[in-house]
Amino acid sequence: MTRDQVRQAILNIISDIAPDEDLGAIKDEEKLRDQFDLDSMDFLDIVMELRKRFNLEVPEKDYQELVSMASSVEYLFPRLKDDELVS
Amino acid sequence: MNYDVIIIGSGLSGLAAGIRLAMFEKKVLIVEKHVEVGGLNSFYTRKHRTFDVGLHAMTNYTPKGVRTSPLGKLLKQLRFKHEEFRLCPQEMSEIRFPDKSIRFTNEFEFMEQEIAEQFPSQIDGFQKLLTHIREFNELDLDDSQKISSREVLESCLTDPVLIDMLYCPIMYYGNAAEGDMDFYQFVIMFKSLFMEGFAKPIGGMPYILKLLVDKYQSLGGELRMGAGVQSIAHKDGELQSLQLENGETLVADKVISSAGIVETLRLCRPKIVAESDLEIGQMSFIESIFVLDRMPKEVGYDKSIVFYSTEPRFKYRVPKGLTDVTSGVLCCPANFQYPEAPPEGIIRVTNQANFRLWDAMARSDYRAAKKEYRERGVNALLTYFPDFSDHIIYIDSFTPKTIFKYTGHLNGAVYGSPTKIKSGRTPVKNLFICGTDQGFLGIIGATLSGISMANLHILQAEAKSEYGRI
Repeated sequence: MTRDQVRQAILNIISDIAPDEDLGAIKDEEKLRDQFDLDSMDFLDIVMELRKRFNLEVPEKDYQELVSMASSVEYLFPRLKDDELVS
Repeated sequence: MNYDVIIIGSGLSGLAAGIRLAMFEKKVLIVEKHVEVGGLNSFYTRKHRTFDVGLHAMTNYTPKGVRTSPLGKLLKQLRFKHEEFRLCPQEMSEIRFPDKSIRFTNEFEFMEQEIAEQFPSQIDGFQKLLTHIREFNELDLDDSQKISSREVLESCLTDPVLIDMLYCPIMYYGNAAEGDMDFYQFVIMFKSLFMEGFAKPIGGMPYILKLLVDKYQSLGGELRMGAGVQSIAHKDGELQSLQLENGETLVADKVISSAGIVETLRLCRPKIVAESDLEIGQMSFIESIFVLDRMPKEVGYDKSIVFYSTEPRFKYRVPKGLTDVTSGVLCCPANFQYPEAPPEGIIRVTNQANFRLWDAMARSDYRAAKKEYRERGVNALLTYFPDFSDHIIYIDSFTPKTIFKYTGHLNGAVYGSPTKIKSGRTPVKNLFICGTDQGFLGIIGATLSGISMANLHILQAEAKSEYGRI
């Protein structure tokens, strides 16, 4: 996956777990929590979706890396670059 | 056949737990003993009409965009869009007592204003109560201390009539105990009824249930109808297997039961708890459904829901006789903001009823008593409302006996045992409960119960301990 595809993969996950949100207005540098009122349960859904879709384990100490779209791409790109984008 | 999880019961909590587990690729089976899904919030058909049971309105209504409310959390966890629930908000409801009336809408400020006008001496105390309510974390699964809501209310309010008027809707819509109520449950109900609000889905319970069943099955979840559980086998306090009434044995790593705590423990073999140690719920109801030849508004019924007492003081307890008609709930399902008026006008009336007396009756007496108490219930309504008897085209009633027959909840206790198990844990390892006896109340509460128990006890094992907190 390219960086753009990693970003798209994250967008796909967020749009699945928060179907009411308009993701077109997402600001990559801002905290996801603040933009979409995501709580700890939602973050764990993101983590579980990463496992389900890409067989990727995000250890608890790394959860903070998923705080914004930009930091998520930064963290996930090296780990997903050999994966294919799936919906 | 080995499953990751078997869920007992296809009510809202069981279906919600099933969706969460199937979503994360657990092999999951729901076993339902009845032929319809829904449990305490189901529906039935008579003479080509479908009636909801358990649903006057969905409480906890918040509009689209409110993400942190129970409804908002539920939608995210089950991955529905707000509009998929097709919720139509109420118009106006009322608490009606002799000489006093408090009207309320889905805008809480309106109710505060009503209380200020009707009970001017109580408004400071009411604000103090609101502070207690707002600051309380009613969804803390670990908090097991018992606080009497009556003591809290009496510490804030000095007019017993106002206390009774607040209790009337709250107890009717969710109290398993008589007389008093745990404060955390009071807070759940207060928020869900007054600070959030009422709505009804277009299509009623059949629509909501189909939405959940379709999602569950599309995620690969299995559902077996007419599959009652005979027993839950355990060895040294650890879950082994389930035996169905047809003799089949099923094996799962974990079981989540929505049958009720007492009902679930009674299935365990060998027996683990003396039955006398278990607190069984007592509160049950009779409900009559009147189909009219016109809309309720045309006969003078303009509120969505009215909680009433014809006596100055409201009592919530198992009546000494078959039914207590001096208080009740009156619901006009048409008086919600539907885009199109429903095909027929319906009035529903609910009163407190005594399971033991209804259950003991011979069949012919039972039918006559249903008719008699239906009429007494309508007569009591005439204290406040016009007579609609001339416009009735169809009548049906269900009693505590009916509720027991179709849901298996002992005593027809629709709100389950007064003892709630917030953690969902049972004395048997890997056997958990969800639903009404786990302690989240109402339709949205039951659904959240299933979600939080699936999260806490199954998905958490693969994530971190904070998981499952709502």
